Amino acid sequence: MLIRKPEIPSSEITPEATYLNRRQFFGAAAGALAASALPTSLAACTMSDAEAAQRDEPNSFEDITSYNNFYEFGTDKSDPARLAPRTLRTRPWTVEIGGLCDRPGRYAFDDLVRPHQKVDRTYRLRCVEAWSMVIPWRGIPLRDVIARARPRPGARFVEFTTLLDPAQMPGQRRSVLDWPYVEGLRLDEAMHPLTLLATGLYGRDLPAQNGAPLRLVVPWKYGFKSIKSIVRIRFTERMPATSWARSAPTEYGFYANVNPAVDHPRWTQARERRIGEWRKRATLPFNGYPEVASLYRGMDLRRNF
Amino acid sequence: MAHPAPWQLRAARWIRPAAWAGGLVPLALIVAAGFTGGLGAEPIEEVTHRTGFATLLMLMLTLAISPVRRWTGWNWLAPARRTLGLCAFLYVCLHLAIYLVDQGFSLGFIVEDVVKHPYVTVGFAAFLLLVPLALTSTKASIRRLGKRWQKLHRLVYLAAGLGVLHFLWLVKKDLRDPLIFAAVFAALMLARLAPRLVAARRRPAPRETRGPVHP
Repeated sequence: MLIRKPEIPSSEITPEATYLNRRQFFGAAAGALAASALPTSLAACTMSDAEAAQRDEPNSFEDITSYNNFYEFGTDKSDPARLAPRTLRTRPWTVEIGGLCDRPGRYAFDDLVRPHQKVDRTYRLRCVEAWSMVIPWRGIPLRDVIARARPRPGARFVEFTTLLDPAQMPGQRRSVLDWPYVEGLRLDEAMHPLTLLATGLYGRDLPAQNGAPLRLVVPWKYGFKSIKSIVRIRFTERMPATSWARSAPTEYGFYANVNPAVDHPRWTQARERRIGEWRKRATLPFNGYPEVASLYRGMDLRRNF
Repeated sequence: MAHPAPWQLRAARWIRPAAWAGGLVPLALIVAAGFTGGLGAEPIEEVTHRTGFATLLMLMLTLAISPVRRWTGWNWLAPARRTLGLCAFLYVCLHLAIYLVDQGFSLGFIVEDVVKHPYVTVGFAAFLLLVPLALTSTKASIRRLGKRWQKLHRLVYLAAGLGVLHFLWLVKKDLRDPLIFAAVFAALMLARLAPRLVAARRRPAPRETRGPVHP
């Protein structure tokens, strides 16, 4: 595989002191007010959007594991880190592979993962809420798992399902979404070499709040496509009815490709804030992974958002 | 109305400093969180949410003073209304200031956001409505404007309503908090309307609507 972990020149890594300063900024509320009085000088000393887009230092382990959307544990970003490590049992874990394939089956987590080559991939993650992170994932290419299952010719989509167990996932006691969480990809998207089944980050096992023990990572799509804590993978002929698209079809589509030209009905998608930075940066088409563009040739991405 | 009890006279002396102290608690909590890392990985968003929440909270408390006064006869509460109202204005200014920082002070981004996104539009309108109220909160203004002051300050109902709508429209999925504010706001409006409706019913109705006239 030719996809390698992007190399980051050490010159582009923000010194820790600068990073820590940001956290204390709001402590110095006076500083914020002073800054608001000096808009031009502030703008003059910040980098351009194009420059900003180039910088991709990974977020800290702490940020990645404390700021999570995982509605199975609550709608607040701090809920998953607070609850998931206590309530989610990730061993034993089984994943059911089924639908239109020649080798369906129920796999223990280790049996599913072990035969495949583990890879480290640092990807940008862009949330539909207009924030982003850079995360060093570890996992296995989804295409390898799919190849092993041998989908039949009729299979055009892959459907993923999260665990349904309100005892382990207390957020499921409220019907914020129609549980269990379901996501899906077209088979060619799922087979794309960038698509990863993550089992860890920063070289460690995946923390519960990040979707342990197994989650999807589709870096050119909004974060909600990257379903967490997968218990079922199914090959289907028809487009799966995915959770967010069912919940608010005008706001969240099936494709959910990161696209600065297509706004969310309630906010712009043209900009994002990288967690850990002050200024917003321009959002890149396909989240800066132009190699996937060929998957959508001939499609109107305004309609197929 | 009976004469106020001695404890009420004492309370009247303390109500304004007490209202300031209470009204500044959310700000103190934000600053404390800022120093202890309690604002999490995304401090700008967290402070935006907290100042917005504090604005709505102060507006609801402001609106609660009059009905509580009416039910309890505690007229010593009256000065708290202006204090809490000014606290609401303080928080909405912080909320807006952080928003402006967040948009990089780009007029283009801001205008686009206000025009294109309804929740921003109503939030901005609510802010604009609060500006004249804060500017005319002095004793001198009350004297100068006379009866018009009362009329002008009814804008707070509209501002609070738009503020609640702003919150309702921006939430992605979990509507609990904005719905609680909506319910409180509705109850406070009803508390104002209900006595008027009752009074209107007690008044003798004009002759021709009094029902069938028996010959």
